[in-house]
Amino acid sequence: MSKVRVLVGTHKGAFVLTSDGKRQRWEVSGPHFAGWEVYHLKGSPADPNRIYCAPSTGWHGQVIQRSDDGGKTWEPVGNKFTYQGTPGTHQWYDGTPHPWEFKRVWHIEPSLTDPDTVYAGVEDAAIFQSTDGGKNWNELPNLREHDTAKGWQPGAGGLCLHTIVLDPSNPERIYVAISAAGAFRSDDSGKSWKPINRGLHSQYIPDPTAEVGHCVHHITMSPHRPGVLFMQKHWDVMRSDDAGDNWREVSGNLPTDFGFAIDVHAHEPETVYVVPIKSDSEHFPPDGKLRVFRSRTGGNEWEPLTRGLPQSNCFVNVLRDAMAVDTMEECGVYFGTTGGQVYASADAGDTWAPIVRDLPAVLSVEVQTLG
Amino acid sequence: MTAIVTIRVVLPAHLRNLARVGAEVTLEVAAPATIASTLDALESHYPVLRGTIRDHDTLQRRPFIRYFACQEDLSHQDPNKPLPDAVLTASEPFIVLGAIAGG
Repeated sequence: MSKVRVLVGTHKGAFVLTSDGKRQRWEVSGPHFAGWEVYHLKGSPADPNRIYCAPSTGWHGQVIQRSDDGGKTWEPVGNKFTYQGTPGTHQWYDGTPHPWEFKRVWHIEPSLTDPDTVYAGVEDAAIFQSTDGGKNWNELPNLREHDTAKGWQPGAGGLCLHTIVLDPSNPERIYVAISAAGAFRSDDSGKSWKPINRGLHSQYIPDPTAEVGHCVHHITMSPHRPGVLFMQKHWDVMRSDDAGDNWREVSGNLPTDFGFAIDVHAHEPETVYVVPIKSDSEHFPPDGKLRVFRSRTGGNEWEPLTRGLPQSNCFVNVLRDAMAVDTMEECGVYFGTTGGQVYASADAGDTWAPIVRDLPAVLSVEVQTLG
Repeated sequence: MTAIVTIRVVLPAHLRNLARVGAEVTLEVAAPATIASTLDALESHYPVLRGTIRDHDTLQRRPFIRYFACQEDLSHQDPNKPLPDAVLTASEPFIVLGAIAGG
C-alpha cells in the first residue's frame, strides 16, 4: 500500500511525518538538526530514500545534510558555496552597489532523474549544482552574471533565489525565481538565462512592466503540462501558457491577490491552490480566517476551502515553499503555517485536518508519495 | 623534532552535534600552538566543521563566533599568536563559543 512522507522545514529544525495511503494517522519524527533553521528539504524523485536538507544558523552558516534512508539518519555533506570568479555587485536597498555575499540556501531541488545531482537556490541570488550527492557545489554563474544582475535589488527577505522548477519534458529547461528580480528560464541546463517577466505589472517599481525587478514569490507547474506555469507574485496571481514568455493575471475573485504559496493538483493541471494573505504589511489571512482558495479553471474563478481550517482569530502566514501536493489517486494537499501547524487534505482540499499543531514556524513543506 | 602539545577544545552544542563529539575534544597541535593552528587541527580531525567556525577561504572568524580562554576573550587577537600558557599545558580549555545573538 502506498505511503506518504511529508518533509517539514521549520525555524528550529526539520520534521518527517509519515502516514499510510489513507492519510489519517501520522507519525512525527524530529526535530532533526534541532535549533537549526531549515529553509527547505526535499527528496529525490529518482530515489525517494535520498533526501537533501539545508539547515543553517547565524552562528555556523550553511550545512547540507543528506539522508539515504528516508530521513531516519543523516550525514553532513558539502557546505562550501563559493561564487565563481569575482562576484561583483548588485544593488543594495539604498541603491548603492553591494557585493554579492553568500548567506544561506533557500531551496534545494533534486534532479528528476539522477539522485546525485541536486540544485541549490541561494541568497545572495545564485544557483549552485552538485553532481556528487551534495559533497561539492559549483555555481552556474551565468545567471548571477546576467546583464541585468547589477540592478537586482533584494526584497524584504533578502536577494534570494527561492524557487527552482525542473521541466520533466525537457531536461535542459530550468525555471528560477528571485526576490526581487523576477523569473528567469534556462533552456540549456543553466548555461544561459533569460528573464521571463513579460506581462507582470508591479506598481512598487519605477517601471511597472520592467524586464526585471518584480517580486515573484513562487512559481509552480504541473508535470503533466510543463509549458503552463502559475505564479504567486508579491501581489497578483499569474499564469503563463508559453513557458513563461508571457504572463496574464488570473487573480479573479480572490479576496486578496497577495500571498506566497501556490501549487497545482497532481492530476488536474487546471486545478490550482493559493492561500491569500491580507497584504504586504499584514502577513496574515484576511479577517482572521485561514482559507485555501482553489480554482478548477486554471485561475480567475476561485472557491474558498474552509472545512477543518480555523475561521476566526487566525493570524498565521503560509510561506512560499510551505505548500505541496502528493500524487495519490485522490490528490492530497498540504501546507504549513508560521504558527507551527501542518494541515493536510486527503480529498484535494475539500476537508482539512492538522497533522501537527505546535511545531516551530514552518518554512517549507514537501511531500513524497512512496510505493 | 617538532614539539607537540595537547590542546583541550570546548565546542558549542550545534558543533558537538555536527561533529558527533562530546563537550570537549583534545587535539595534538605542533608547538607553539595558536588559535589558527588549533583550528587547523580541529578541522583536520573533523572536516565537517570547516566553514562553521571560520570562513572556508579567508579563515576569518565567523561574525557570531567567539574564542575564549582563561576568562579572556581572544576573539580579536592575532590568530597566529601563541595560546595562553594554561591552554598550552592543558590545564585550561580553548573555548569556541556562539555569541549571544538572535534571541
